[in-house]
Parts: sequence; structure tokens; C-alpha cells
Amino acid sequence: MIDPASSAAAQGFCACHVCGLVVPMHNEESPARCPRCNTTLRFRKPDSMMRCWALLIAAYLFYLPANLLTMMETGTLISYRKDTILSGIIHLWNNGNPGIAVIVFIASIMVPIFKLIVLTLLLLSVRRGSRWGLKHRIQLYRIVEMVGRWSMLDIYVLTILAALVQIQSMATVKAGTGSIFFGAVVVLTMFAAMEFDPRMMWDSLREKESV
Amino acid sequence: MKNDERPLIACPQCDLLMREIPLPSKGAACCCRCGATLYRNLPDSLNRSLAFSISSAILFIIVNSFPLLGINLQGNANAVTLLQAVQSLWDQGMHLVSSLTFITAIFVPALEMGLMLYLLVPIRIGLVPPGVSPIMRLLQIIKPWGMVEVFMLGILVSLVKLVQDFRIIPGVALWSFVGLTVMLAAVASSFNPRDIWAHLDKDNDGKID
Repeated sequence: MIDPASSAAAQGFCACHVCGLVVPMHNEESPARCPRCNTTLRFRKPDSMMRCWALLIAAYLFYLPANLLTMMETGTLISYRKDTILSGIIHLWNNGNPGIAVIVFIASIMVPIFKLIVLTLLLLSVRRGSRWGLKHRIQLYRIVEMVGRWSMLDIYVLTILAALVQIQSMATVKAGTGSIFFGAVVVLTMFAAMEFDPRMMWDSLREKESV
Repeated sequence: MKNDERPLIACPQCDLLMREIPLPSKGAACCCRCGATLYRNLPDSLNRSLAFSISSAILFIIVNSFPLLGINLQGNANAVTLLQAVQSLWDQGMHLVSSLTFITAIFVPALEMGLMLYLLVPIRIGLVPPGVSPIMRLLQIIKPWGMVEVFMLGILVSLVKLVQDFRIIPGVALWSFVGLTVMLAAVASSFNPRDIWAHLDKDNDGKID
């Protein structure tokens, strides 16, 4: 019989993270392999907290240059402008494209901030062993996983414009250094979200019970 | 089957241990503690995901063979394919950003389609291809990095930005890209990894239950 309110790990079972097969496993010292797909079995993602923190801190470090440095340089016969992410959005808003400005604002400003803050809060809550709002926290985690990829929007727009708008002396678009940092923030936060193991949040239930 | 003989399942998001329940067609089983979707019963999943994979592979080839977009400014024109766009950014010295676009918009989608066809075509004709497990693992790892639908939005935003200053010449690849986005979404929603594992179990003569 299985306990209907307790985790697999607490009952000596480990689910294969590739094929989902549930295998009895009693200690992690002797690394077992999944009998169906031969993946190394682990109760939780190894060093999840530490890796997630490391990636997240790196993302924070890159966040400022990503937003302060030039993302895109636009030159025409009569004008030349350098845009950061935010000034590019303001330019879009003022030039009759408020709808697109909002989309880019959400993808490039809101989503990265949201990911950084939520992942930080989730990590802190796991460290404190908090049992508060588990259902809300798991939902926040799902949102982070789902929306992260959409931050790549600005990178793609930049690629298309910088490649296409190359009409000698009449109109050119160049990518700025800010885009490197921005790309790094997107990739680092995606890796951080992947390293985070949401099952750690629910382990707090088990620890409190056994005390 | 008695309740206690059904296979065990652990929620991938909260690790609650449960027993599987039979599902009606198109039904989904959710974790009773955190609400995560555990598995779905997708009718005809193998055939459908194979069909969608083949059409997305064809569209992908078209997308990469023709110009995506062209612009025209007072008789001066420029048009690029997807790969040329990546190449152009590389030549401008933005190697990191260029690689990022190449990996997420070209390489990973291509790899994903290739692996899907490698898995599904033999299974469809009743064979099990070698290396199913590592390929399933690889598919799981690369999945978040295929961002065709985000690139589609990127094209739309670029169009709106360009249309003010240039005459735009939409390329064949642009329309194919719309199709590719839809087809890849269809592959993702029709593919059921459980069917692949079920095939593998059958091949092992039910050694593993």
C-alpha cells in the first residue's frame, strides 16, 4: 500500500526523470539506473539550489549592462540613433506603434524582471523550508518556465533588422553590445529555471512532519 | 485490474506518489496535490505526430531555401534567408547573439524534427530504432531551446518596425514560417512520450511492467 499524502522519495521510491518509471530505491549512495531507459536515478536534481543560485547571480550581474548599454544602432541619411532596450520601446510608443511597444515591453522588460524576482523568492522560500502558499508557488514556477523563452523576442528582432537593413549609406542597423548581455540574461535565467527542482518546495511538508 | 496493481507514478513537480488511473480518450490525469498534468490519453498520437513531423520538416526545408523578407528603399533592395540573417550578424562581430539565434531558431528545431522522424518512422512500421532512450533524453533536454514560435513573433515585430520606412517584399519563406510554427505546435500537442515507452516495454516482452 502507498501513503496517499506522501512523496515518492519519503516512501523509498524514485521516479526516472526521463521515462517516468517509478523504481524502489533506498539510498542514493549506490547510484541506481532506470531499468527501462538506463538513466541515472536521483531523488532530486543534484545541487539544484547551488546551481540555481549561481546562474541567478550571474544573470543579476548581466542585467544592468543589458539594460544600460546600446541594444541597436540605427542610421539613415539624415539621422543616427543609439537605442537601449527601454529607449527603443519609448521610440516605438511615440512613433505610432503603441501595441508593438507593449509587446516588446512585456517580453524584454517585464519577463526578465519577473523571472529574476520569482526565482529568488522561490529559492529563499526553499531555504527557509517554508510551507506557505505551496500551490501559489508552484504556479509561479510554472509561469516562469512558460514565459522565459519569450524574452528572446528582442534578440530575433535585432537579428532580422541588422541583417536586412543594410542599404549602403541610406539605412543601416547595427547590433550593440547590450544585446550580448541581454542574450546572456535570457539564457542564464532559462538555465536557472531548469536547474530549480520544484519538488524541494514540497519536501518542507515531510520535514515538518518528522520533527 | 485491481487498484493496487496499477503502475505507480510520481508527480514530476511535487513528487507525490500515486497510482495511475485509466483515462478516457483525450483525457488528462492531474496530480491531486499540485495539479500538474501527469499524462494524457492522446488518440492516435503516433500517426498524428508522425504526419505533423513530416509536414514540419518539409516546411522547414522551404523556410531555409528562400528569402524570409526583402526590403526596398528607392530602388535599393535587400533580401535575406534565415541563415543569411544569422551569417550577417556573425560578420558584424556579434558572434554570441548570432549563435544564439542559430541554435534556437535553426539548429534545435532541425534536430528535434530529425530525432522525431528517426523515432516515429520505424515505430510506425513496427520496428524499434536503436538508441530510443538517449534520444528521448536528448529531446527532453533540447525542447526548451527550440523557439520557432518566438521567432515568428520577432518577424511580426520587425515587419511593423520596417513598414514605416521601407517597401516590404514578403518572401516564400515567410508564409512557410507561419505554417512551420503551426505544425511544430501540432507536433508538440500530439506527441505522447508514454506511447514510445509503451512500445519499448512491448519490445522487451513485458519484462518491465
